[in-house]
Amino acid sequence: MTPLVIAKSALLAVPLWLVTSTLLPIKASWLKHLLSIVIGFGVAVAATLVVPTGGMSYITTFILMAGIYAVLSLGLNVQWGYTGLFNIGIAAFFAIGAFTSALVTTNMPTGANASFTKQLMGLGMPFWVGLVAAGIVAGILAWLIGKPTLRLRDDYLAIATIGIAEMVRLVFQNERWLANGPQPLRGIPQPLQCLAGNGCDWLPGFVNDFFAPLTPRDYPYIYVAIVALVLFLLYRVLERAIRSPWGRALRAVREEEASAAMNGKDVAAFRMQSFVVGAVIMGIGGGLYAHYVVSIDYGHFDPLYGTFLIWVMLMLGGSGNNRGAILGAFVVWGIWSGTSFAVDALRPTLAAISPDLPSRGPYIRLLFISILLLFIVLYRPKGLLPEEKVVSLDRDLA
Amino acid sequence: MHDKRVLQDDGTLHLRPGERARAILTSRAFMFVVLALLVLGFIIAAQAKGVSANSLLSLFVRGTLLGGTLALGAIGVTLVFAVLKMANFAHGDTMTFGAYIGLLIIMLLPKGPPLAPFSFGYEFLVALLIVVPLIGLFTFGLDQALFRPLRNRRAQPIMFAMASLGLAFGLRSLVYIFWGADFTFYYVGRARPAVELFAGVRVRPDQLFILGLAIVLIVGVYLLLERTKIGKAMRATADNPDLARVSGIDTNRVILWTWLIGGGLAAAGGMLYALDVQLRPEMGWWLLLPLFASVILGTLGNAYGALAGAFIIGIVWQVSSAFINPTYGHGIAFLVMVLVLLVRPQGLFGGRK
Repeated sequence: MTPLVIAKSALLAVPLWLVTSTLLPIKASWLKHLLSIVIGFGVAVAATLVVPTGGMSYITTFILMAGIYAVLSLGLNVQWGYTGLFNIGIAAFFAIGAFTSALVTTNMPTGANASFTKQLMGLGMPFWVGLVAAGIVAGILAWLIGKPTLRLRDDYLAIATIGIAEMVRLVFQNERWLANGPQPLRGIPQPLQCLAGNGCDWLPGFVNDFFAPLTPRDYPYIYVAIVALVLFLLYRVLERAIRSPWGRALRAVREEEASAAMNGKDVAAFRMQSFVVGAVIMGIGGGLYAHYVVSIDYGHFDPLYGTFLIWVMLMLGGSGNNRGAILGAFVVWGIWSGTSFAVDALRPTLAAISPDLPSRGPYIRLLFISILLLFIVLYRPKGLLPEEKVVSLDRDLA
Repeated sequence: MHDKRVLQDDGTLHLRPGERARAILTSRAFMFVVLALLVLGFIIAAQAKGVSANSLLSLFVRGTLLGGTLALGAIGVTLVFAVLKMANFAHGDTMTFGAYIGLLIIMLLPKGPPLAPFSFGYEFLVALLIVVPLIGLFTFGLDQALFRPLRNRRAQPIMFAMASLGLAFGLRSLVYIFWGADFTFYYVGRARPAVELFAGVRVRPDQLFILGLAIVLIVGVYLLLERTKIGKAMRATADNPDLARVSGIDTNRVILWTWLIGGGLAAAGGMLYALDVQLRPEMGWWLLLPLFASVILGTLGNAYGALAGAFIIGIVWQVSSAFINPTYGHGIAFLVMVLVLLVRPQGLFGGRK
């Protein structure tokens, strides 16, 4: 075991620890976490030793991207799964979160760069401020669009959210002063990047020493731990919220609007709260995405990647179930990445059918994913993990 | 809506002041005032930017022409909504699909000379005649495969919308797979000169053909809805599905005709839009917003409202391009829609809810 393997495994152990501790049916908290950390670290070490380096980085970036999509899927679960709001403009909140976090954390370009890159602001704030700002701005956008539409039939909200997604995309495509127009906004800082480089000044020496073997190309190992922590935090908060009276009221609004209203629940207010909370989470997901890819432009947030895949994730995983939302994100991102290999393997066959086909491989995957969604809607509307009957707050969670 | 008037001391019925203001603000007349103010704002903005009255007029004409194409799509959206009570998000992509099937047929037919003064030859007309019923039947087939099981299961209305979303992406992926992601034209490289219509307003003869054909099709739908038995049955089903069924109306026949008309008009709209602009796999998705804006403006489920809405949206869209970046055209449609939702969500022709 080289120091590099230990450093990588320690980072990979974070998502494994969180997953294991969530799934282990042990009551004692300290024992559960001790066991999960041991299991997580063990699995991480074994995987790092057995799987070749290239394969391991692929797996890490896979978990990382699926984790970011899981955040978006959790946000959608609040809106659709718990309250029945049909938002097909996820891309709007995803994009606004990504761009907000980018504008808050980057520095204003100076010197020669200033003529190439135009942006509204560059506050140079830390990563977490960017995420908070991303959530807030996405929430405000949701409030603005929810105000005229949430009191109407569900279809109106759906079409309005398509509209807002297209508008957000158009604005970031055309307005150069805002976030560098059609050109990508580059140089979004990566949190704890220094750990994979020369060490961070503000961290104690032994931490820097421990991670010293990491090189900049090992950065995904660091980010996967950050994404896992954010995802876990959001998951715990949502699980808690959904077992609270607030969560019960949301489901009441979804099931029987009239009787919820008759029981004195302000239906419109609950719908708005759910819509805004979901959008805040989507905005945070956008922020997480921006800091990982470093350079973003409007093209990243098209209806396919920004909205459609996330819907398939939640529907497949199980709407109304937070674990389902996360599982769905991993399964669908797995299918999406896996079919890319399948299409690559089929290249010669496709080329034999028509010379144009191999370059259109991605669209074969899109067709497959669309059919998958139709299949779920028709035959498995509850998804892999159906909604659980959560009557009230568990005693041990309280 | 229940009566909100209150009995006054003098024995007459009056609205409270706040409610009277509200009633005025949500009235149809006020909605027209809002639209008129919007147009007035446009004209002032155009003046400020130094756009000549002449080019405003020609944008107005172009908007009317665009409105004809939009109307073909919007009528389908609103009919499907009226009869099946579902928002069909696949409608835009049905238009795209129809346009591309038309391209396939044009490619297969031997090329003839252009029918002067138009830029297209006889193949385009033949393709149109084949594609319209074909796509109508195709959408009915999709309904039987996807939406019928949902109806039988009495699924929530929103599940229909979701299925239509999956269908939209599925149809578009087929277009991508068979024709690629690039834009194309029915007649690549053929010149499409514009002629002067009047007072310096220049349009292409194709566009006049498009508007003419759109009007013919719309009149056809009007006659079908008002003068035939199946049209009556459709209107009855739209008003009250259960009552229609117990009066012996064959619901399946009504659904077949709804898709034949809706899908067929969508295909025609798609082909005409593609002839006017270009073929693009995303064209239908981008049209979805103006289509729904038209339909909501003209009251969901009201075919004549959709027609009026389509022309208003078409004109507003084009005229706005005089003073703002034309790529925001869809945004203007969206803006009008949000205005309608704020002021009068039931649209221009809806009763009070």
